[in-house]
Amino acid sequence: MEFFRIRKDIPFMRHALVFNVISLITFVLAVVFLATKGLHFSVEFTGGTLMEVGYSQPPDLEKLRSKLVADGFSDPQVQNFGSSRDVLIRVPIAKDTESAKVGERVMASLTGTAEAAANPPQLKRVEFVGPQVGKELASDGALALLLVVIGIVIYLAIRFEWRFAVSAIIANLHDVVIILGFFAFFQWEFSLPVLAAVLAVLGYSVNESVVVFDRVRETFKKTRGMTTPEVLNHAITSTISRTIITHGSTQMMVTSMLIFGGAALHYFALALTIGILFGIYSSVLVASPLVMWLGVSREQFAAPKKEKAEGVAEDGACV
Amino acid sequence: MNRYPLWKNVTVIVAVVLGLLYTLPNFFGEVPAVQVSSVKATIKIEPKLLSRIEDVLKAAAIPNNGLFADTNSIRVRLADTDAQLKAKDAIEKALNPDPSDASYSVALNLLSASPQWLSGMHALPMYLGLDLRGGVHFLLQVDMKGALTKRLDATAADLRSLLRDKTVRHAGIGRDGQAVVIKFRDAETQAKARDVILDTQPAAMAGKATQADLVIAESAEGGDFRLTLTLSEAAQKRVQEMAVKQNIGTLHNRINELGVAEPVIQQQGADRIVVQLPGVQDTAKAKDILGRTATLELRMVDDEASANPAVMELAAKGQPPVGTEYYVERGGRGLLVRKQVMLTGERLTDAQPGFDNQSHEPAVHLTLDSAGARVFKDLTRENVGKRMAILLVEKGKGEVVTAPVIRSEIGGGRVQISGRMSTVEANDVALLLRAGSLAAPMEIIEERTIGPSLGADNIKKGFDSTLWGFTAIATFMVAYYLLFGLVSVLALSANLLFLIALLSLLQATLTLPGIAAIALTLGMAIDANVLINERVREELRNGSTPQAAITAGYERAWGTILDSNVTTLIAGIALLIFGSGPVRGFAVVHCLGILTSIFSSVVVSRALVNLIYGRRRKLAALSIGQVWKPGVETK
Repeated sequence: MEFFRIRKDIPFMRHALVFNVISLITFVLAVVFLATKGLHFSVEFTGGTLMEVGYSQPPDLEKLRSKLVADGFSDPQVQNFGSSRDVLIRVPIAKDTESAKVGERVMASLTGTAEAAANPPQLKRVEFVGPQVGKELASDGALALLLVVIGIVIYLAIRFEWRFAVSAIIANLHDVVIILGFFAFFQWEFSLPVLAAVLAVLGYSVNESVVVFDRVRETFKKTRGMTTPEVLNHAITSTISRTIITHGSTQMMVTSMLIFGGAALHYFALALTIGILFGIYSSVLVASPLVMWLGVSREQFAAPKKEKAEGVAEDGACV
Repeated sequence: MNRYPLWKNVTVIVAVVLGLLYTLPNFFGEVPAVQVSSVKATIKIEPKLLSRIEDVLKAAAIPNNGLFADTNSIRVRLADTDAQLKAKDAIEKALNPDPSDASYSVALNLLSASPQWLSGMHALPMYLGLDLRGGVHFLLQVDMKGALTKRLDATAADLRSLLRDKTVRHAGIGRDGQAVVIKFRDAETQAKARDVILDTQPAAMAGKATQADLVIAESAEGGDFRLTLTLSEAAQKRVQEMAVKQNIGTLHNRINELGVAEPVIQQQGADRIVVQLPGVQDTAKAKDILGRTATLELRMVDDEASANPAVMELAAKGQPPVGTEYYVERGGRGLLVRKQVMLTGERLTDAQPGFDNQSHEPAVHLTLDSAGARVFKDLTRENVGKRMAILLVEKGKGEVVTAPVIRSEIGGGRVQISGRMSTVEANDVALLLRAGSLAAPMEIIEERTIGPSLGADNIKKGFDSTLWGFTAIATFMVAYYLLFGLVSVLALSANLLFLIALLSLLQATLTLPGIAAIALTLGMAIDANVLINERVREELRNGSTPQAAITAGYERAWGTILDSNVTTLIAGIALLIFGSGPVRGFAVVHCLGILTSIFSSVVVSRALVNLIYGRRRKLAALSIGQVWKPGVETK
């Protein structure tokens, strides 16, 4: 089998402007959604109590909610989770009550009804997060993102050229913003595993750009007489088959998680899916035009770069 | 020719064998077990205990599958959960004849069923996180300010007795915010007191004022002579470090009393403590025991004021006389207790529940250390005929347990508290006091409880995702790249093997996000093989001979593989540094997976390719799927 039978280099760069406009529009949309709707943060970030309760018969959610309100919980969220018999309850942090005991009080409230005797709730999971922890997680997340960005820029600037580093990171931050935009638009729950997925995607799709850039560098060194757009076209074309196959394979794994992983891995897998799809697009069609606009040229890969090939192995040993 | 030197082949073989060995324990599953550990510092786990437990089990006719002893526990493997429960009861009865004074904790546990020779070489199954095995997780925040005020309170008490011993007359000692203030009537005593206090501080005497515990400031304003003592920064830091350490120790004791197998109690950051109790389902009880910051305080009752109905009425409305606090005794009578603490629970060495000799009421018998005993002796001698109050302080709220009249001087440091307690209460109070007081109050700031069925469910979901994802990738790779695809799949399997072996060996905690990371790592690791295979095809397309194509394909792909893995690794390390809880579990596996994938996708797959093709001199074609050449239409 050979999926990709490409005779000539595909002129990606001819349409560079179009691609950049498309990504600019999606990017702006994502930012607008983030700004207007905001992220639906999970209990881990906001603080509060999250409980998973199982019933043998599907319970009446509205009744559970009104019972909780009657027992003095302010604004509890009650919803099904996975199946109609599993209920997820969220109680926000209240200032005056002793938050660590909320879980017990909710259970007491739920078991204290006539219906509960026939259909007793079974506590499966409680998660309580104090307000100080939530704030820290948010700032830690931001710091982690910053560290990834700085780390990758430095690495790419050393291994390649600052132009590559800058365009790779812009292209991939644009992915991150778009993932967040999706989460804001659909109000999917943004939890810690999703944050992990977002950062993993950042690392993963930068590596996509790296593969293309690697080719760009090689082509610049090997061939003469090609213009910069031609070199970029050639590099993208010759790696496109690998790009699609790799992403396809990773996506197979992620799809499997989406199908079999259950509710706990759902948003994690979803974030990865969006990240992978946009990762292909951005690393190929955003990063490369950016490199071009930034004015990459053959001179930047002149003779001294040859020694770099040996430097690679040394780098490798270090890692 | 494409041949690996011997050492490289040996490395691959050794790695695979080690990988297999350390992965193996994960397949044996777990068997029910009973774990016996000592709860008292004086009682050590000895070989004698092992034979004793064996005899107990024999006497009860419970067959076991082996006993194992390590430095702080003995574990008994049993055939099923029925036998496990029976064995627990039998051992509990034999080792702890008096349940109120248990020397050992007997807990239910699960042990790996892998053969002993594997366990002997530290090949253990992966350590499952709470979200996979069920249990409770707490994150506790230590109140550092509370630690300092407690220390200052103790300092004030020490100074009071110091000045009394040296007959320096002061006009009052008290804590004011984060400082201890001593008032004097004249400058002379002020200076004398300062010298006395300085004498007790060797660092200050040696002229190293910055290293002294207490910073002394003098002030004299219009006949108001004061010494203001504050803790130096170094001392504050030390107090806080000690507070966290002591709290961890206290938590250890308390959890031991709960009888939990393999609890995790660790410091996190400067002022936090993580507690994980696998298998514990009764969170209310666990939280109660952990969260209770009970300590004992001994204070004097202001008898005169307590006898005055007018004062008492005001006090009940929240306006007690200066220097006293209003409490309601058990039984409903109010009384005024002086704020000055004479003795705290830190001086306790033991607390046991029991009964009062005369009234036969439930009581708690306390034993004080020598310093405490001396203070108590002085206190009772000087206050015969007066009432003292014994307060149990929990979460900053005191409760007067009893307020007896002191009849005579009590020496020897043995004290009994009784007074309208139930037997259960006496037991709880004794346990809390015995488990030690907390050096600083703590607050639960994060809690996670996972039921055991949910844990098993999570394992299944994670396993299924990985299995089906792997199968899909494997099918595709073999269909697309034929023999090279098979090699890639084998390399990917080796990657999984190494990863699991490494996780088992390091005993890193595996969580559901960790399993997700395994799946994701496998999905990403195939990238390296795709890169290689595409490169080999490209070389063939450009007209290289098969052998040259293999060499060039692997060599050229290497740089790219390295670059792309380093960027992924940067993201993984950032997660490892800043992540906590579930993210950390993800990050650990992700980072390890990247490292193993570099090895397996490059070295292992090359070894396999070399094995298959390396020796053939005249190689016409490679089984890497169809290689399409522009301009040449092949069928």
